[in-house]
Amino acid sequence: MSMSKLGSLLVVAAAAVSLSMPALAQSQGKVVSESDLAKWDISIGPDGVGLPAGSGTSAKGATVWSEQCSACHGENGKGGPAGDLVGGVGSLKSPEHIKTVGSFWPYSTTVFDYVRRAMPYNAPGSLSDDEVYAIVAYLLNRNKIIADDAVMNAESLPKVKMPNADGFISYWPLTKQ
Amino acid sequence: MTSSKLPPLSTEEHAAGNGLVSRRWLLRTGLPAASALGLSSGLVHAKELEVPDWSTSPGLDLTGYGQPSPFESEVVRPKLPLFPEGIGDGSGVSFTPLEKLAGTITPNGLFFERHHSGIPEIDPAKHQFAIHGLVERPLVFTVEALLRYPMVTKTCFIECAGNSLFNSFDEAQQRTAGEIHGLIGNAEWAGVSLAQLLDEAGVSPQGKWLVAEGADAAKMSRSIPIEKAINGDAFIALYQNGERIRPEQGYPMRLVVPGWQGSMNVKWLRRIKVVSAPVYTKDETSKYTLLQKDGKSRQFTYEMGVKSVITSPSPGKELGAKGLYQISGLAWSGAGRITRVEVSADGGVTWADAMIPDQTPARALTRFQLPWQWGGQPAVLMSRATDETGAVQPTREAWYEPYAANQLFHQNAIQAWAVSNNGGISNVYV
Repeated sequence: MSMSKLGSLLVVAAAAVSLSMPALAQSQGKVVSESDLAKWDISIGPDGVGLPAGSGTSAKGATVWSEQCSACHGENGKGGPAGDLVGGVGSLKSPEHIKTVGSFWPYSTTVFDYVRRAMPYNAPGSLSDDEVYAIVAYLLNRNKIIADDAVMNAESLPKVKMPNADGFISYWPLTKQ
Repeated sequence: MTSSKLPPLSTEEHAAGNGLVSRRWLLRTGLPAASALGLSSGLVHAKELEVPDWSTSPGLDLTGYGQPSPFESEVVRPKLPLFPEGIGDGSGVSFTPLEKLAGTITPNGLFFERHHSGIPEIDPAKHQFAIHGLVERPLVFTVEALLRYPMVTKTCFIECAGNSLFNSFDEAQQRTAGEIHGLIGNAEWAGVSLAQLLDEAGVSPQGKWLVAEGADAAKMSRSIPIEKAINGDAFIALYQNGERIRPEQGYPMRLVVPGWQGSMNVKWLRRIKVVSAPVYTKDETSKYTLLQKDGKSRQFTYEMGVKSVITSPSPGKELGAKGLYQISGLAWSGAGRITRVEVSADGGVTWADAMIPDQTPARALTRFQLPWQWGGQPAVLMSRATDETGAVQPTREAWYEPYAANQLFHQNAIQAWAVSNNGGISNVYV
């Protein structure tokens, strides 16, 4: 075989490889619908996107709290072995500052997100959405952020203004410390 | 080689005060001999060599998975549960025993742990990983599917943002180098480009952030700027130091975001949701934020600062006889390469450049060394690293200046070890 013939054969071979490239670029994943992902899609933004149906009050929350939460987080959200969740509002500039849901957390939606995904510690996912709303209402009420009769649901919860909402400085985009 | 053939140690080769010896002298002489430093009065004769038992009969059988020598049984991760027993079991940390290791790669069984709800026992045949949210087509991958992709390989460290928290205490804590600074490990990771998988899903123009989430009971989740994946260096690791990732490191897969806070390297990765803005999870609001004296808190402080620590000598590795020692330690930066490490033996009055490799790796551990002539006098050993951006490791006082009491995240201050005249070593603040 002449060198030129070999060369043209190689060109043909290269063309065949490049024609097969789109198949190689195909995803190894399977297409899935958002509805089939519903049980996993538990992230809730500060705008409330992702909050489920349901509602709760601090009165209902007090019952759930004593059954499910107080052993670790204390009666009234204070004094438990896992740290205080109530109190300390306005203390952050003090050397004796206390960081709690009330004094430190910037968004009420984060409380719902975290309780639903990770609590109670030994059985996360075991609470109903109504119970989670009730616990969130309880914590906000004990921190004097919402009234005794306030109902927390997908509409009202994102509107709750947390005391430390303006207390954070973003270091992204990258800011040198 | 006899001492008469070694070049003499000139004044300028005493690189800094209190016995630090110049790396130039080492380069000129090759291996240092104690006698050249005038420390040895002469060679000592060894006893006659006997043949030990293990050289006279066959040893043990082959092993399916090798284990360290039983003589190394003390080389383990010290554990620190974060809550009283019975409350939050499985939530805590264990430390890489830095002072018991050499080189720069952390063995898989000694790589630090931080779990927020224990180690899930995941069956890889049942594990799935989804990409969804602001994408054209949500996709779900099995482990087997991900293993069909070309592998990317990268060596980098992962450091918990709470590393060195014990040096935030008012009083210096008497712990080992690993028990203070060991919430870091360095490994060669192999896995799949996250940018490629995002490209397959088709990120919409509104997609600016990723929420990465684990399959553990805490379903640990963090918001991550999409730039870290697209045109960035984030990837999904399936292998660590050549073998499949261990359960405590995220088996069967974890996110790796080189140089950024450890908790963003989400273990047991099950989901990435493309979103338009951060979702402000518990671990980027309540935790992993840095409270300042003025009551404001720094948030999204992703990059781990330039840092170093002397691992030898260090607490628990007391000095013996007077003479020549090698000061050795680790340096790293989340911003890139280490360009300089300086060492002081007099509490920061004078400094000498330590030896580092000509080519240091970006966002991975660098080993530094410097010879030290200890004459039995008290000393305070310190190391100070500089990275390629020009950032210099701060003193503890300078680091703490903006922060509230007990602020413990991103502690990258200079570590000082005090050496007493009997060779004991302790943690001190200077």
